Amino acid sequence: MSRPTRYRSVAAGLVLLLGACGGQVHMPRNTGLYLLIDTSGTYNRQVTKAEQIILVALSRLQPSDSFAVARIDTASFTEKNIIAKATFDDRPSTANQQKRAFASRVEKFIDESAPAPYTDITGGLLQAIEFLKEKNPGRKEILIFSDMKEDLAKGYVRDIPLDLKGFDVVALNVTKLRTDNFDPREYMSRLDSWKSKVEKGGGHWRVINDIDRLDGLLQ
Amino acid sequence: MSMTSLLAITPWPALSAVVLLALLVVALYFARRTAHQAIRAVTDALGRGLRLASHAVARGEEKLAARNREVLLSAGREAKERIVEREFVRVGDTVRKDLASYPTLHRALSESIVRIEEDQEKAVEVPPEAPGWVQAVKVIANLDAKNGGTEILEDIHKSMVRAHSEAMDDYRKASGERHALLRKMMPDWRRIQETLGRVNKNVESVLERALAIDRHMQEYDDMVRGEDRAVSILSSSSLVYFFVSALVLSVAAAGAAINFTLIARPMAEMVGGTSFIGNFRTADIAALVIIMVEISMGLFLMESLRITRLFPVISALSDKMRRRMMAVTFVILLLMASIEAGLAYMREVLLQDELATSALLRGDGVTGTANEHLWITTAAQMGMGFILPFALVFVAIPLETFVHSLRTVLGLLAIGFMRALSLLLRVLGNGMRHVGTLAERIYDLPLFVPLWIESRVAANQASHEQELASIRELASMNPVAMEEPRAWQEAQS
Repeated sequence: MSRPTRYRSVAAGLVLLLGACGGQVHMPRNTGLYLLIDTSGTYNRQVTKAEQIILVALSRLQPSDSFAVARIDTASFTEKNIIAKATFDDRPSTANQQKRAFASRVEKFIDESAPAPYTDITGGLLQAIEFLKEKNPGRKEILIFSDMKEDLAKGYVRDIPLDLKGFDVVALNVTKLRTDNFDPREYMSRLDSWKSKVEKGGGHWRVINDIDRLDGLLQ
Repeated sequence: MSMTSLLAITPWPALSAVVLLALLVVALYFARRTAHQAIRAVTDALGRGLRLASHAVARGEEKLAARNREVLLSAGREAKERIVEREFVRVGDTVRKDLASYPTLHRALSESIVRIEEDQEKAVEVPPEAPGWVQAVKVIANLDAKNGGTEILEDIHKSMVRAHSEAMDDYRKASGERHALLRKMMPDWRRIQETLGRVNKNVESVLERALAIDRHMQEYDDMVRGEDRAVSILSSSSLVYFFVSALVLSVAAAGAAINFTLIARPMAEMVGGTSFIGNFRTADIAALVIIMVEISMGLFLMESLRITRLFPVISALSDKMRRRMMAVTFVILLLMASIEAGLAYMREVLLQDELATSALLRGDGVTGTANEHLWITTAAQMGMGFILPFALVFVAIPLETFVHSLRTVLGLLAIGFMRALSLLLRVLGNGMRHVGTLAERIYDLPLFVPLWIESRVAANQASHEQELASIRELASMNPVAMEEPRAWQEAQS
């Protein structure tokens, strides 16, 4: 092999190697997590359980991950509903400080949470999609801590298709309502409708009702 | 043409099958000779090819063995040269250190000997003077007593007694002095003995070194002559060195892994915990790079100290430059070790912070409790962080041995593999001949009916020819006897 040809081969190899490495360097590996907490009506009593989920999520999130906690109330499609949000620093020590601060903010919210008259889950989902798309993490996960019963106030339009491509949507602690006990089909159809809505939007739907077993969360 | 259409050549498929089989057998019978030739040609060609390949591999193995032997002997010669060189340096040191003071020793010995000689001369016993009185006494004794000879004799006797006692005193005094001189010689004797003992020890040490050099030179000579014994010794030594160095390197690798664990976590604080290069975290790569740099510095330090000889460029540097390089590499190592100690401390701090955060998130509420013995683990981690880089410096020694012995071990493995391959190819090549015979027999198996008929026909022909031959023989022996049967045959016809 002549010298120029050899140099060209080496250069081509290096370019390919760098390209392969570079392609992987720019691919985000972090996680974006958005937790929606239903504060409407009687479900507001369940809010203390949400704190446990937040703490579990905080302990599992890594530096560079993003986390936001927002409440679901009458009008959820707004930044005002975000209780706490953070993108953890690259350095582990700073990320730990941020986690502690986050936990204290959430604790304050749990103590002061007031029940809302209506439940705008879709608005919250839209807000979550917007937040996570802006952060553009490698993995996007939306947790909905709710009974999944949407109850919109008059004048709110939420018949909007959701763009959930690449999103994992997890419904947590989906409690049964009094009417569900009379007719369980209501509960099942409610979950099925949410599942089809999410999957139609390109997302992946999951339900975790036993919050003492959150092993599958963020894994 | 399908099987169904073939079986339809007669109205009865079984008959069709029999006809087809018969045709096939006939076709195979007529093609038998050609088929046998083809089978034989293929198997012979394969066999020859395999045998050729076997010869080629065997030649390659021989060449590799020769090359391996050459490399082994070269490495052995180099190692032996180093040993002999070191022995000569030691001899030189001994000679310089001990025998350099030989003139001083010689002077001390000469002075001692001169002193001893002087003392010995002084200590020589002075012979008593010859008695001058004896003749005088005889003359006086011959004198007449009247002339007062008796009195004179008495006076002489008294004088003699007095002189004797004085002489005895002098003699005792002189003897005492001589003994004192001899006593004074004792330290000189001892000094001489010690000096000679020291000289003897030095000479013996040099002799021992000379014997060792002789032994090494003998082995070196064997290697230069390329004797099998030397190759065998070097080969087995290489294997031993390979396994021992591999073991030590694995221990060093474990040490490097511990070192890596110590610094990987705090490195995330410096380069970020979530950036990746390829599939690996940048923090991990940074920690690995630090360890690799430490090992490299260790290698350079060892090279500068001329303990290892992996880089001829460093060995060839001037002493001044080598000393500079030594100092630079040592300072870099020291800095690295200090950085590692700091990182190890940082690791402990981060660990505590993480534990406190986890406890808070779990809601344990035990964040305030502090372990009072925590400083022990912190100090131990810092100590390990500081010591491990220096310990890793010594990896250079087994690494050099490993690299050198690896060449031999790989050569031996390659030779073994090629030998086995050659044998296998030879066996396959020979087997091909038998495979050809077997294939011919298998070809003949469905042709047993025509072959049987052929053999019967051949046997009949042979017996007929034999009969004719015997008749001709009889006719030649008795022509008249043959007329009767001929006439009878004609009458019959």
